[in-house]
Amino acid sequence: MLAILLTDSAGQFFSSGHTNNWAVLVCTSRFWFNYRHVANTLSVYRSVKRLGIPDSHIVLMLADDMACNHRNPKPATVFSHKNMELNVYGDDVEVDYRGYEVTVENFLRVLTGRLPPSTPRSKRLLSDDRSNILIYLTGHGGNGFLKFQDSEEISNVELADAFEQMWQKRRYNELLFIIDTCQGASMYERFYSPNLMALASSQVGEDSLSHQPDLAIGVHLMDRYTFYLLEFLEDIHPASKTNMNDLFKVCPKSQCVSTPGHRTDLFLRDPGSVLITDFFGSVRKIEITMETINLTDPIKQMEENSGNDVQTENNTYVDQLPVSEIIHQKPKQRDWHPPDGFILGLWTLILLVFFKTYGVKHLKHVF
Amino acid sequence: MGAPWRTPERRRGKLAALSIAAMVILVGVPLWWKTTQTYRAWLPVAQINELAKLQLQLSADVEVVFARGTATPEQQKKVPVTQTQDEDHAVDEADLSLHRLSESPCGSLVIYVIPESSSLLPENVNVYIGQRRTALLRIGAQMKVGKTLKQLLAHLEPRVKQILQVMSFSHNDITAALSDRVRFSPDNKESIADSMRAFKSSPGYEITFSLLNPDPKSHRLHWDIEGAVQTYIQPLLTKLSPVANFSLDSQILYYAMLGVNPRYDSSRSAYILNADSLAHVINPVEARLGSNAASSNPVLNFLLYVPDAHHSPLYIHDHKKREVQTNAFHSPRWGGIMVYNVNGFYQTGTNFPVDVNINMAKVMGVFLAQLRLLLGVQSTAPPSSFQVAPCGSSGLADWELDRLMWSRSVENVATATTTITSLAQLLDQIGNIVINDNIAQQVSSAVTSLQLAVAELEVGNLGFALQYSKEAILASEKAFFDPSLLHLLYFPDDQKFAIYIPLFLPMCVPILLSLLKIVSEVRQRRREKQAKKD
Repeated sequence: MLAILLTDSAGQFFSSGHTNNWAVLVCTSRFWFNYRHVANTLSVYRSVKRLGIPDSHIVLMLADDMACNHRNPKPATVFSHKNMELNVYGDDVEVDYRGYEVTVENFLRVLTGRLPPSTPRSKRLLSDDRSNILIYLTGHGGNGFLKFQDSEEISNVELADAFEQMWQKRRYNELLFIIDTCQGASMYERFYSPNLMALASSQVGEDSLSHQPDLAIGVHLMDRYTFYLLEFLEDIHPASKTNMNDLFKVCPKSQCVSTPGHRTDLFLRDPGSVLITDFFGSVRKIEITMETINLTDPIKQMEENSGNDVQTENNTYVDQLPVSEIIHQKPKQRDWHPPDGFILGLWTLILLVFFKTYGVKHLKHVF
Repeated sequence: MGAPWRTPERRRGKLAALSIAAMVILVGVPLWWKTTQTYRAWLPVAQINELAKLQLQLSADVEVVFARGTATPEQQKKVPVTQTQDEDHAVDEADLSLHRLSESPCGSLVIYVIPESSSLLPENVNVYIGQRRTALLRIGAQMKVGKTLKQLLAHLEPRVKQILQVMSFSHNDITAALSDRVRFSPDNKESIADSMRAFKSSPGYEITFSLLNPDPKSHRLHWDIEGAVQTYIQPLLTKLSPVANFSLDSQILYYAMLGVNPRYDSSRSAYILNADSLAHVINPVEARLGSNAASSNPVLNFLLYVPDAHHSPLYIHDHKKREVQTNAFHSPRWGGIMVYNVNGFYQTGTNFPVDVNINMAKVMGVFLAQLRLLLGVQSTAPPSSFQVAPCGSSGLADWELDRLMWSRSVENVATATTTITSLAQLLDQIGNIVINDNIAQQVSSAVTSLQLAVAELEVGNLGFALQYSKEAILASEKAFFDPSLLHLLYFPDDQKFAIYIPLFLPMCVPILLSLLKIVSEVRQRRREKQAKKD
């Protein structure tokens, strides 16, 4: 398919063809020992928010069972650094798909837009042909597949087909795909749609390793590739001019043990001219408004008869739970019962009559 | 005594094996094939492929009327239609009266040719484009008496074409509308900017007006948003109702600061926001703006920011460090922000909070201009000898609406065609997808609407063309984004083998072996017969 070639890099307007940014961040693992995957995703979420993408443009899919897990010694927190320096869970995280909603089907539905009509706006990827999308996946993967929540998998062919359907419907301008799993490079082997750039943390046949365990929490906190990616992103601010070639150099073999890979042959622009903030941040194009329209009519007063039609209702609020009445009320009048002793006395009388009739000798045994 | 294979048990065995094999092949295989078939309703593939070529022909009706004194009597006799006109009125009134003479339908144009010496238009202006669908064209000095009709028409043709390009559509506009499908040569930067700025065609839009008051302790702001919307914005939206539906809301946000710190400029004793920092203003605010969760329509945000008392007055400077007249800026495909300074309304030292009534006419003037740009009303300047009438109280001239409708119709037709073609391609490629009846119906109705829209565009009925193109878009989007088209997207062949082999292989092995045994016995018998003969 053809795309618009924009070669002028001087004007801010034309250096990239996008007007808005989206991010789809997916953590495909659940259970306590996969703490690091959730921490990975949340750290990328934090960076992306810091650089300007609002929550309404981020689709975050997490199993979200770390912060309130019974085994978490510090509840309501997810840490990404040793010694608990940085709580990436915070108090304003907005998870769009949580728990068992993180499935291959939902992920593909979000990407292709084939959601049922009842889905709310926050769960949709409402991108258009001028959106740059960042997709970040992390979890356990293999050669050609990625495991979702221990029960299903997504293959690289499915992913490539989903991106092609996005391209057919022009749901993205440019797409950056980052994957941090074992054998991650196999997931971008099958891409064939234009304007895709992909990064992976390890090649086929290699495993991605985790960074550091925290002895207090008892699990590994982050994966190496994402850890160094985040260190790199900490230096980026919304106005910085760092480009993609620096991102490719993140986490060399000496630090990562695995060999990170990238793929840019489908991308139309030169990676050296692509800014990091084109994907991770949300820098808006601005135009000064030069024209104004001279409006001379006075403001119409809203007609009075429209007020008459609407009856003003005095709103009354019903007490949901009349607490004051409950506290201060007298005890309710119950139905009358004979006093308790009466029953006991009645039974004693019956027993005595019985023993009288049938012989007193039995009475000895009772009393 | 016969050969071993002639015994009755043997024969019964052979018959049993043969009949079972016959059952399996004649009944079992077709039954299995039928029951594992995915349901695929019929799609009009041939028509879709035909549409994919997308040859559009656009025609606009132009009526050229010669005023008295422009054509000689001989020429007048030859020209089929003539009309006379008084020249004593001013241009606007002439425009209005001419409009009443011939009420032109949507998509068509009337050009009145007036004599060179006419006093209607000022000296250096050759063309006047009116508010409705009329234009006045000065005939040009060369056209004196004695020229033939042919030369007259040949002289006029390029000028009429130029007018058409401004008022209806030009090659660039149509190419821009087809930017999805057509390679775009970036020599015209303005049209790229236009295509990036305007929202894509959508059946509905949401417009939100927000008043940002970062300092409620100092300023108590009153804005009559309902009245202002009713008076200034609603006429435009009503005029645009054939193009899309609009829903409006408004809100007031307190303690919403801008994300950037303005610089203090002592020479002007005001705070300055320069153009480079404007890009970072929007993001912190956007997080606090809400949107209607029920619809997926694109949202246009218009923000009115009243600076706090310590940072007043606040002015915006453009790239050349000049003050911006409107004190407003807009972001493509998002909306606009205007800064409204209220420090002029009260003296320093008054008791805070101060009541301020915002001048909605000024504010809405700017927002209306931004709204026009964001909706795709082109801002390309007409050639220098043209004078364009200011748009009326509705904020949109009729011919601007026509322009928008032309580009929207073309865009809708192109998008719907692309959607339908790629859907057909997808369903063809992946044999496993179930195609329900409702999807087939949507596709058929989309194809019908597309064909109708293309036909109407050829004829020039712009209103109908737009309506059909909107129907086509709705139907095609519904078909493409149907949630049922997701299952069994990827079902590799080796997995199919893995499913069927454990079921069928144990059953097939005895049948095959017995068939092989029968065949080998027959062959042996034949050899023996052969040997007997010899």
